[in-house]
Amino acid sequence: MKARARDAASGEALSGALFVAPYLLVFLVLLVYPLVSGIWLSLHKADLFGGSQYIGFENYVRLFKDDVFRKAVWNTCYFVLLTVPALTVIGLALALALNNGTRRSAVLRGLFFSSSVLSVTIVTLIWRMVLVPDGGLIADLLASLHLPSVPFLSDARLAMPAVALTTIWWCIGLPMMLFLAALQQVPKDLYEAAALDNAGWWRTLLRVTLPSIRRTALVVVVIEIILQFQLFGQAQIMTLGGPNNASLPIVLFIYQIGFQRWDIGYAAAASEILFCIILAAAMTQYLASRGRS
Amino acid sequence: MSGLALRNVSKRFGDTPVLDDVSLEIGADELLVVLGPSGCGKSTLLRAIAGLETIDEGQILIDGVRVDRLAPGKRGVAMVFQSYALYPHMSVRENMAFGLINIGTARAEIDRRIAQAAKMLEMEHLLGRRPSELSGGQRQRVAIGRAIVKEPKVFMFDEPLSNLDAALRSRTRQEIAGLHRRIRTAMIFVTHDQTEAMSLADRIVVMNQRRIEQIGTPLEIYASPATEFVATFVGSPAMNILPVAQATADGAFLRVALGDGTQLETSLPASAIKDGALRLGLRPEAVRLCAPGAGDTNATVEFVEFLGDKTHVHLALSRGDRVVALAAAPCTARPGDETGLVLDAAAGHLFGSDGRNLKAAPA
Ligand SMILES: Nc1ncnc2c1ncn2[C@@H]1O[C@H](COP(=O)(O)OP(=O)(O)OP(=O)(O)O)[C@@H](O)[C@H]1O
Ligand SMILES: [Mg+2]
Repeated sequence: MKARARDAASGEALSGALFVAPYLLVFLVLLVYPLVSGIWLSLHKADLFGGSQYIGFENYVRLFKDDVFRKAVWNTCYFVLLTVPALTVIGLALALALNNGTRRSAVLRGLFFSSSVLSVTIVTLIWRMVLVPDGGLIADLLASLHLPSVPFLSDARLAMPAVALTTIWWCIGLPMMLFLAALQQVPKDLYEAAALDNAGWWRTLLRVTLPSIRRTALVVVVIEIILQFQLFGQAQIMTLGGPNNASLPIVLFIYQIGFQRWDIGYAAAASEILFCIILAAAMTQYLASRGRS
Repeated sequence: MSGLALRNVSKRFGDTPVLDDVSLEIGADELLVVLGPSGCGKSTLLRAIAGLETIDEGQILIDGVRVDRLAPGKRGVAMVFQSYALYPHMSVRENMAFGLINIGTARAEIDRRIAQAAKMLEMEHLLGRRPSELSGGQRQRVAIGRAIVKEPKVFMFDEPLSNLDAALRSRTRQEIAGLHRRIRTAMIFVTHDQTEAMSLADRIVVMNQRRIEQIGTPLEIYASPATEFVATFVGSPAMNILPVAQATADGAFLRVALGDGTQLETSLPASAIKDGALRLGLRPEAVRLCAPGAGDTNATVEFVEFLGDKTHVHLALSRGDRVVALAAAPCTARPGDETGLVLDAAAGHLFGSDGRNLKAAPA
């Protein structure tokens, strides 16, 4: 009797396992295996054309002493600080402004989202045309005011902000859409209650709207942190990391080490560090906002 | 003049009229119930008074002051929403304080009003909780509390009981009646439930299809319905409506003949006769069973509803018309039985082709 019940239970567990098996397989092959083999690779001095030798943590020690890598880490953090808060705030502002049923808002929503579907090549091409000092849109505007042109992409202080601006323009669609979806979930009668409670626009925003979309704001911040730490294409195409590594992000560093200098063990170690930074940043956000509620 | 007055208010959503020339007055301490079927415009009426909808024509006055152009918060009205609309991330206390803080009420005064309202509604122990930690009935009280602390001139409830179970509904109904006795403010209570309307109201406004059909005390609404709609909407089971084949005005009183030839004398003077098809309305209590052949007409019992203290007998007349009779509790009628019927037409109502009661003052 008891044994039969146990048989039935284990039979159920088996068929349950069969249901998750396909996903588990994909997860193991495409995520866990590369992760583990990446860690393994980072402990070797390895060349892209074969030949590898176990060297323990030497790659990591080298990284901590590598000025270019340290600069890349700092650049990337700076870039994330430039983009993530701006994407969140502008995304929310656009969502608030366009969260109504008018035709104009529908058109504008589509327009703001449309940049997201462009490929990085086109986006950077457009922004190069805006930013280049001779014949660029901004340069022409400045010239018409008899002001000297500004070399955004070749000035060490302006290169990263220029890349950040391009990125914000490119990526604003997703946060806006996520916030719009969240705003439509807020029950309309809460706003009516607030109107009867004499709450003005600003107070309604602070006390009714924002608390209601807190979870979405967290999702937006975490997603954008994860995305923006992986900055690559814009920097590669617009500045090549220059001038003087002023706009070199971690992923571009990894690319140059791995695929131009073929030192893939070293590149793998840098990847692991990037992975840890992203994990830590996202988790901090997540825990901080959970602690507050 | 104190209280609330609506003068010829009309409202359209695009091309769809939702309120059509609505006028009514509510005394400063009156509890008015707006009763009507789903979609007749009850909520829209409340929301127009609250300022959550604009109106296209007419005026709304509170204490003699025109408010229909003022912002919702400036009108001195408070509303209890059907869904309660409590702020989910604020505690009960914060929910109640929010509106007062917004108009700059002093802290001590806010605390005093919240304490008083919480005591009145017996929810002092709930003040620190979030709405998600409350039962449906408790949320309801918080919503009422949030309205009370504003000390509004007009209180409005939009179907506040429809989310509660039957027992809680009847208790909350009594509480609202008690609340009204204590705070004596104008209250408007919207419902599509006639029992709620009858038991709570000082006066009832019956609405149908964007218009007011009748305004009157519960007794007036029940005993002298102005229209056939009011007559059939109020009362359970609904009033029986029988088509009149012929009306004659040769005696002192109007006489009517039903489709099967039954002759009945009404209590209407013969002069009340009107052209067009007439319909006779008889409440179930004006229809009695008797031995076959002994009454005004005969009918076949279709089915019998035994309700404990009384019995509803559903009958078919020979021409296919159906009536419901109210019988004493132990009723021996069985489906298929032939029975006699006494139709007390003198207690009935006659409705003209426009739906209006011939007894009512001509409109
Ligand atoms: N925003 C709107 N746009 C267009 N039509 C509307 C709108 N709001 C309500 N209506 C229509 O107005 C009519 C009255 O609606 P209202 O909500 O006032 O009805 P109600 O009497 O409160 O009904 P219920 O008992 O179901 O709550 C309905 O026919 C409804 O379809
Ligand atoms: Mg309604």
